[in-house]
Amino acid sequence: MEIDPFIFRLSIFILSIFIGYYVVWSVTPSLHTPLMSVTNAISSVIIVGAIIAALAGSSESIFGISSIFGFLAIVLAAINIFGGFLVTQRMLQMYKKKKDKKK
Amino acid sequence: MISANLSAIFYLISGILFILALRGLSSPDTSRQGNYFGIAGMIIAIVVTFLSVGNFSTSLTYVIIFLLIGGLIGAFIAFRIPMTAMPELVAGFHSLVGLAAVFVAIAAFLNPEAFNLGVVGKIKLASLIEMSIGAAVGAITFSGSVIAFLKLRGIMSGSPITFSGQHFLNLMLGIGIFVLIYYLCISQSANIFWTVIMISFLVGILLIIPIGGADMPVVISMLNSYSGWAAAGIGFTLENTALIITGALVGSSGAILSYIMCKAMNRSFVSVILGGFGADSSSDKTKQSKDQKPVKSGNAEDAAFLMKNASSVIIVPGYGMAVAQAQHALREMVDKLKKNDIKVTYAIHPVAGRMPGHMNVLLAEANVPYDEVFELEDINNDFANSDVAFVIGANDVTNPVAKTDPKSPIFGMPVLDVEKCKSVLFVKRSLSPGYAGIDNELFYKDNTLMLFADAKKMTEDIVKNLD
Repeated sequence: MEIDPFIFRLSIFILSIFIGYYVVWSVTPSLHTPLMSVTNAISSVIIVGAIIAALAGSSESIFGISSIFGFLAIVLAAINIFGGFLVTQRMLQMYKKKKDKKK
Repeated sequence: MISANLSAIFYLISGILFILALRGLSSPDTSRQGNYFGIAGMIIAIVVTFLSVGNFSTSLTYVIIFLLIGGLIGAFIAFRIPMTAMPELVAGFHSLVGLAAVFVAIAAFLNPEAFNLGVVGKIKLASLIEMSIGAAVGAITFSGSVIAFLKLRGIMSGSPITFSGQHFLNLMLGIGIFVLIYYLCISQSANIFWTVIMISFLVGILLIIPIGGADMPVVISMLNSYSGWAAAGIGFTLENTALIITGALVGSSGAILSYIMCKAMNRSFVSVILGGFGADSSSDKTKQSKDQKPVKSGNAEDAAFLMKNASSVIIVPGYGMAVAQAQHALREMVDKLKKNDIKVTYAIHPVAGRMPGHMNVLLAEANVPYDEVFELEDINNDFANSDVAFVIGANDVTNPVAKTDPKSPIFGMPVLDVEKCKSVLFVKRSLSPGYAGIDNELFYKDNTLMLFADAKKMTEDIVKNLD
């Protein structure tokens, strides 16, 4: 009997939860805010679904009802991707060690 | 057009890059590199999606235009947002992820052919369940985050909104969603699909309104987790590995943060969700005793004198510092102290501020080196050996009652042992109780000097007096 591909995806999902568990516990508490903003940015990889939906329209009807939702989702996810990564970067730039030379 | 197998491998790679992005955050040194891994993962995922669809018609132009519009808005926000507004920003971003998940689920429901999920009215059963769960969780994330955003922004009062039968109503609506999804699977009716989404929006609102301001760190972490589960649900629908991996990572990340926050407040997750904490018009008893107990109050000059003669000072920042934007003045004060060879460190309670790590970001913004900033368990023993504790904008997290009075609502919560310092300087606007609605014993200790003023103004005055 063949295994349903769903089971494979479920395996990936569950193993990823474990990976997430161990990786996130090792995040230093002082970086918890950047952790939230970066997880925000990466969860916007949902944009791949939005792109598929948006590109589904034919050239005669680019803005079918379902592709409109795709386009809207692209804007939302893109705000998150750019906003999330850039604000994380901005925060991380500020975390510096003691500099003896300065001052 | 690339084959489905090849694109699946690329999605796996981008999933791995996302794991590395989180891994990088284990230390500030590797964190920036981690962020680049995340960006690389995202670029791979997007490019592969373009290639796998292989539709390079005019639609593509529009996709890129919309992508850039969103990108510009996002970049603009990222550069303009003040660091003190980070909790609102994160809540706002969560709402966008949630809404995007809802939109993608709707698009998949209306046009299942595009995703190989069957045809309208005959969508594959598994896909239908996955997309309705994704849409429901997404909708809850969206409306919940909007409420959290409004509360954090101060547009909506931070105090909990409760009414009788609230939890019963939530429970019924929750069950209702599952029942509707069951009927949706039988009938494939679009109306039921819309109803599921609408009820989920309502549940999101109802879930967050009873939760008070002090519990916001838990709420934000929880919504972070939800946005992950929503993404994972959509990932199952689209059979996309990158999305499944990411959803699982984000989901467990948010769950762990919620756990850490709950633990730092010694409250169970359930009690936070049930809400109502900090609502109480603090009992009259505390108000009476407040008038009777003597309080020593001082001015900037006294504070400067005390600190100048100290050999070690521990700073305890809290949400009040963020509100007053006092972090830069604080850093100036610390610089002056250091010039006098006074050892200065910072002690941060896990729930200080409105989101996990909030204080650390603000101090980092004020150029405080991160190796001078310590977490509760690393610094708590040092208070006994220090001369001055400078409490700025924190309250409940320093209250010794948590260790002594089993009847107190915050009993058992780990607190900073500020009272063990030789003297305590407490910057606060008034004697009003904190979010927990209880009086802080620390105010009335002999070795406490209250500095009644706005945190920023007081710190600036102290700086002047240190010269």
